[in-house]
Amino acid sequence: MEQKTIYHALNIMPELCNGCSHCMKVCPTQAIRVRNGKALMHPDWCIDCGECIRVCPTHAIKIAADDFQRIFDYEYRLLVLPSVFFGQFSNYISLEMINSILKEMGFTAVHVPEESVDFLLETMNHYIEENQRPVISSFCPAVIRLIQVRFPSLVNNVMRLKQPMELTAHHLRKVYSEKHKADMAKIGIFYVTPCAAKIASVKSPVGDYISPIDGVINMDYLYNRVQKESVKKLAENVADLPQERIQLSGKAIKYTLTGGEKDNMWQTGLAVDGLQNVIDILERLENGEIEGVDYLELRTCDESCAGGILTPNNRFFAAERLRRMAKKLPEECWMPKKYTDYLASIVNVGQIEPRSIVRFHPETKEALKMMEKAQEIKESLIGIDCGACGSPSCEALAEDVVCGKATIEACLFQRIKSGKAGSLSMEQAVGIMEEIWGADKFVDK
Amino acid sequence: MEFKFHVEGGDFTSAGTASSQIKKVLKQINIDPIIIKRVVVALYEAEVNIVAHAHHGDIKVKITPQQVYIRLDDEGPGIENVEKAMQKGFSTASSKVREMGFGAGMGLPNIKENADIFTVRSEVGKGTTLEITISTVNNG
Repeated sequence: MEQKTIYHALNIMPELCNGCSHCMKVCPTQAIRVRNGKALMHPDWCIDCGECIRVCPTHAIKIAADDFQRIFDYEYRLLVLPSVFFGQFSNYISLEMINSILKEMGFTAVHVPEESVDFLLETMNHYIEENQRPVISSFCPAVIRLIQVRFPSLVNNVMRLKQPMELTAHHLRKVYSEKHKADMAKIGIFYVTPCAAKIASVKSPVGDYISPIDGVINMDYLYNRVQKESVKKLAENVADLPQERIQLSGKAIKYTLTGGEKDNMWQTGLAVDGLQNVIDILERLENGEIEGVDYLELRTCDESCAGGILTPNNRFFAAERLRRMAKKLPEECWMPKKYTDYLASIVNVGQIEPRSIVRFHPETKEALKMMEKAQEIKESLIGIDCGACGSPSCEALAEDVVCGKATIEACLFQRIKSGKAGSLSMEQAVGIMEEIWGADKFVDK
Repeated sequence: MEFKFHVEGGDFTSAGTASSQIKKVLKQINIDPIIIKRVVVALYEAEVNIVAHAHHGDIKVKITPQQVYIRLDDEGPGIENVEKAMQKGFSTASSKVREMGFGAGMGLPNIKENADIFTVRSEVGKGTTLEITISTVNNG
């Protein structure tokens, strides 16, 4: 199994983390433990889904982003802005206003990544006909990572096609280098991300290719800046906005919402959103329980990208607003054939490798022995998964004990049992608690 | 490492419990995903067979570093013609069962395809015993 360093967009800030363990409980790959009163993340197991951010009460988990000023390193500053961004604003703020504010901020042009979806959807339909079914969408990077880590037997079902943000970036680079005779090095393409997973997919793409995107801007940051400016403009009653259009179509707007891919498939498809729902479908698929489905559109966030961790507004309002916008637009918006021919030449990505979690030992024989031991320990534990040991479940504690990463006395109930039997002093018990939850938790405030 | 499961005939909602559990174990001991898939498909088919045809049955799974051995014993109608049942598309399922998506005549042939060693012993009116062995060492 290859062991490359994987880029993660999520970082736990120790100075803000109070070790409350909320994140540990929701992590779908059990990548988090609490030690010395702080959450620690196992980098090989993290899939950048961002579930931990949603539940962190102290905002201690930060999403890395590029410095905004980096856009000025380039002469042509092209913004690739997911259409889901437009769903964040009230009806008073028009697309023209958003466009003109972004231009004032320094961008040469604003494009939606979904400009390439007409081409992509057709390519996908052909791909499905020619490949192992059901084909799993490669749209959501957290889903791809989840499959690599938790469902390695399904990696060959993942569609090996680039997604709108990458295709549109390639397209823009081509347009600007040809039409505007721009020097390639002077074109900077910046993607606005609604989530952590998309950042990770730009910084370390899965499928052996280099991302055509030069930088990533977080959607909440850009929203704040646009919102502030638009309030000013509305107050000033700015009437004569440049009527420059952002190229949009109905299909493009709906693409990032649940059903955006599936509804355009010729074959039978299923659209699933929400992390637990996605896990359930993947479990069933792996068990061979799913038949008669050719395409699986799987999105980690509830309501897809409208529910992204960096989208500021309520996901249902945003999705509804976008659906209403889509109705008023032309259904499709093809780019010239010259460019779709070009995209066809770069749309494929390479093999997607599994990234199986080594829970016990890389050698099966040793792993089996350790697992048997862990099973024994698990049976001796109380099974309430309280997390007071600093591991996410009794099962996880049993694994951690066998792997030498925790002691059985980390379990509260075990400590009381040992205390009752006289084999563990109060001092020792406190010492164990301090190792997990930090010494500061055991002094009077 | 050994696991035991009890399966009730007609309980379609629980079909897949054994295969899910075994899948989880095999993943944790780093078995090749392709082999895991074979084990899971074979076990799931066999599990559904008990649910669809038998009164009840017991599953025993033994995992060693070299192989996964599965034995399924059921009490039920048995298989009248094992040879025929091993042919793709042969089915005795009622239309009701077929409507539910089962009984397409792929059960035993599918198990055979995924197993390294597969034996079926059946007595009409009494029950069926399946033995499935899949090597966990990838030879190709």
